Amino acid sequence: MKNLWRNLPTLRFLIYAIALYILLMVLSSGGILNDYIMIIINICLIYVILATSLNLINGITGLFSVGHMGFAAVGAYVAGTFTTLVWKLPNDGSVTTTLLFIGALLLGGIGAAIVGFLIGMPALRMKGDYLAIVTLGFGEIIRTIVNNIDAVGGPRGLLGIPELSSFTIIFVATVVTVLILRYLVYSSHGRAMISVREDATAADLVGINTTKYKVWSFIIGAFFAGIGGGLLAHLIQLAHPTQYGFYASFLVLIVVYIGGVGSITGSILAAFVLTILEKYLLPMVLQWAGLGVEWRMVIYSLLLIIVMIYRPEGLMPREAKFMIPEDH
Amino acid sequence: MDLTMFFQQLINGLQLGAIYALIALGYTMVYGIIRLINFAHADFLMVGAFAVYFFASFILTLTNAIPPIIIFILGLIVALVAGALIAELSNRLAYKPLRYKPRLSALITAVGVSMFLEYFFASLPFIGPSFRAFPDLIKPVSFVVGGVYLNTIQLLDIGLAIVLMILLTYIVNRTMMGKAMRAVSQDKDAAKLMGIDVERTITFVFLIGGALAGAAGILMAMTYPRIYPNMGILPGLKAFVAAVLGGIGNIPGAMVGGFLLGIAEIYATSFNSLLGEGIAFAILILVLLVRPQGLLGEKQSEKV
Amino acid sequence: MRTARVLLIFALITGLVFFGVSCGGSTTSPTPTSSPSPTTSSPSPTPPAKDIIIGVVAPLTGDSATFGKSTQEGAELATAEWNAKGGINGSQIVLKIADDKSDPTEGAAGITRLIEQDKIVGEIGTVQSKVSLAIAPILQAKKIPMISPTSTNEKVTLVGDFIFRACFIDNFQGVVGAAFAYDNLKVTKAACLFDVGNDYTKGLAENFRDAFTKLGGTIVGFEAHPTGATDFNAQLTKIIAAGPELIYISDYYNDVGLICKQARALGYTGFFLGGDGWDSADLVKIGGDAVEGGFFTNHFSKDDTRPEVQAFVKDYTAKFGAPPDALAALAYDAANLMFDAISRAKSTDGTAIRDALKVANFKAVSGTIKFDANRNPIKAAVIIEIKGGQQTYKATVQP
Repeated sequence: MKNLWRNLPTLRFLIYAIALYILLMVLSSGGILNDYIMIIINICLIYVILATSLNLINGITGLFSVGHMGFAAVGAYVAGTFTTLVWKLPNDGSVTTTLLFIGALLLGGIGAAIVGFLIGMPALRMKGDYLAIVTLGFGEIIRTIVNNIDAVGGPRGLLGIPELSSFTIIFVATVVTVLILRYLVYSSHGRAMISVREDATAADLVGINTTKYKVWSFIIGAFFAGIGGGLLAHLIQLAHPTQYGFYASFLVLIVVYIGGVGSITGSILAAFVLTILEKYLLPMVLQWAGLGVEWRMVIYSLLLIIVMIYRPEGLMPREAKFMIPEDH
Repeated sequence: MDLTMFFQQLINGLQLGAIYALIALGYTMVYGIIRLINFAHADFLMVGAFAVYFFASFILTLTNAIPPIIIFILGLIVALVAGALIAELSNRLAYKPLRYKPRLSALITAVGVSMFLEYFFASLPFIGPSFRAFPDLIKPVSFVVGGVYLNTIQLLDIGLAIVLMILLTYIVNRTMMGKAMRAVSQDKDAAKLMGIDVERTITFVFLIGGALAGAAGILMAMTYPRIYPNMGILPGLKAFVAAVLGGIGNIPGAMVGGFLLGIAEIYATSFNSLLGEGIAFAILILVLLVRPQGLLGEKQSEKV
Repeated sequence: MRTARVLLIFALITGLVFFGVSCGGSTTSPTPTSSPSPTTSSPSPTPPAKDIIIGVVAPLTGDSATFGKSTQEGAELATAEWNAKGGINGSQIVLKIADDKSDPTEGAAGITRLIEQDKIVGEIGTVQSKVSLAIAPILQAKKIPMISPTSTNEKVTLVGDFIFRACFIDNFQGVVGAAFAYDNLKVTKAACLFDVGNDYTKGLAENFRDAFTKLGGTIVGFEAHPTGATDFNAQLTKIIAAGPELIYISDYYNDVGLICKQARALGYTGFFLGGDGWDSADLVKIGGDAVEGGFFTNHFSKDDTRPEVQAFVKDYTAKFGAPPDALAALAYDAANLMFDAISRAKSTDGTAIRDALKVANFKAVSGTIKFDANRNPIKAAVIIEIKGGQQTYKATVQP
């Protein structure tokens, strides 16, 4: 029995997730977790999706993409266009609405995946920092294009998006994302991706199609980023080009590297720690200390530097392998 | 586009490119020696500009008798020193502990340093987030050559950028320290075995890179007389792009990349300003597709 | 066991959240503002029922921080004045401030914090329409009235009947500007330059273009620049080559100063015209001689002899050491409107405040404010000329 428990990490993870979900639901309906805490948890979960999907590209396959929010923008705008402009979904949370919303999210993810494919192609030719600049450039191009399409609001943003991202949907999406990424990482495809990271030439020599895996990691990473973007847009009820600039991409990058590049667990952990720190603890500490709210980001960036100096590998170094059987 | 406009835009592009090139040099030098994209570099520029602002305001409240050219030269020295100091301070406190740690940890630290400088300056009561008018150190004089408008600040930007680049090329190619820099950038361990003090060389690179950022700071502040804590972000991003375009780590590449990006951006904007910025990035990506190692970068052979 | 460790950390986080909830109620300190003062570290227990808690959401960090600062200062001045007069019906006003970083997500988190932790009864802010659009649905759902000082996008107040604003909507200023250019300045060829990443400046430019064309004028150039740009030479060279008699610059003062300077350096001799984004003492400091003779539409003129204007300009300058800009004036108006409504409602109930706001007839700095059916203020615009480095009153335009 004990062995079975150990060797079914997915089951273990699912049970933990369901327990956590029930706990949070009970607490929030009991009024112990108020709306403020729930919105922070929702933002944390969306950051988990964004960070784990970026981690697939940067941590597992070892590429260096910095324009991740560009994919999220595609997801947000495609999903938002379907729910708001095409289907004009009401805010009622009925089964049809929810199903259509999930459809819109998937379409957003597919849109982002197509863009990911387009960006993955030049990734074949470029390395390291050159790839970084290309992804950054792509991110900015996506933002510029969205900013100039008046049908989706241009610089006014896509407005009037129904609030369809409930806690349940976000939670389920996060769990599914993490599970799929986890499966991928420990499948033969994931092993191939890791071999690309460790030594692309050697991987080529043993017959791994490194080209294919680089492009696929972009496609899959972009797909989930698109889902994350769609969820975010339907949580705060608007999609705006300035939310998806290079600065926002850096924030996701920070989550991945503070968490520990290559560690999915680390990304999950860092998404929670950093979001709660920034949006919850620091405002409280400042109020207590009588400092102005503008000092929040000063302290945040200082903590970032200190954590990186004392834990350069991130909170969860790569060896930490949560969710894999013990014998690996 | 008629010929006058073509040349006018060329001048505009050269001016913008000169500033990009100066900033790009700092990125490329630091990258060349420790393989770090120093995102905080653009903020060293801001620190330089603010140092000159406080210095010039202080001098101008004391006396109006000093000729502007002297104030400018003193201001330039202040900018160079301030830029160099803040760069070395960041190196000493934030980057040095991470020297032999994963390369990308240092990169995230650089993003942190950049955020810290911006937010810290914006939170300080005597600086604040507001825009400040930068005093006219030298009154700009405009003149017309064949229908093309030029002014003294433009010529100063381009001239000073070229002088500093020549100086830098001399330092890198003709001095012992320059030789040490090239050696360290090629192979840190071998350089150490040859008796080169690697840390001292890195310090020197940060001092020079920071000084160049300071110089770019005073030039930007004089050309676009509005300074604020976030003033470095956009030019910094563009200059980083310029450095990669030229081949990052390559000093002539940064100069070429800076000027090319400035000119390309001006012509792209002139073609369609709504998409101007996007076009500039698209050009960049196209160039990198043809030459993935950048314009002057050396093709790295695969090490097996 | 890695798993155990990870779970332990998770549990710790959850614990922290709980800790926050349990002490969330006691975080309301009696300081009226968030300005640094070391004495507030030991909050003296004031009965929360006595104070009227008002939220302010503004971009206090990031690239719009300077506008957030003006907004915060305008609201703080109004609060200090009401508190000095004895507060509202005997209760002191306490401002609770949240920073939105110009980011809609941050704004949504900030406003829920103010609602849940600080129990605000009304909200002033925020500056940008994109963030106001993210916080308005939350306030509407909780039936807490909101007055945005400066969000010009029409959609903001359409979110619901608890959402008000203190500024003009996009089209009014554009129409006023176009009429002034065509009728008073006798200009027939104009060009526009605006920030493509900012809905306010783009909206203004589009409305000016449409109104000016309708009057019979021609738009010879319609050029954009990215947010944060400092070099406008490419756009200006193109505009000037088309030969306009007037350039409509819908940007904020900091960009306007640079644009005017660069345009003059490129040999441009025509008019400059703009909107309320020009209103700042720093415009002349940045633009120097180049902005001399420029016109802009605004909410009020500092020359206005009305006592509320003169008192506001004097008090603001005394308190913050610099003359107010348009954002400070509108935040001051928004705060006063809110306090006036609460005092007339004699209640801190959201619906009662909303009903009081609907029938507001308040002598604000930017004119006597009444709200129309969509909760937009009905008030006049003034046209200001920069003369001798000073803002001088030129004309008033009724809606």
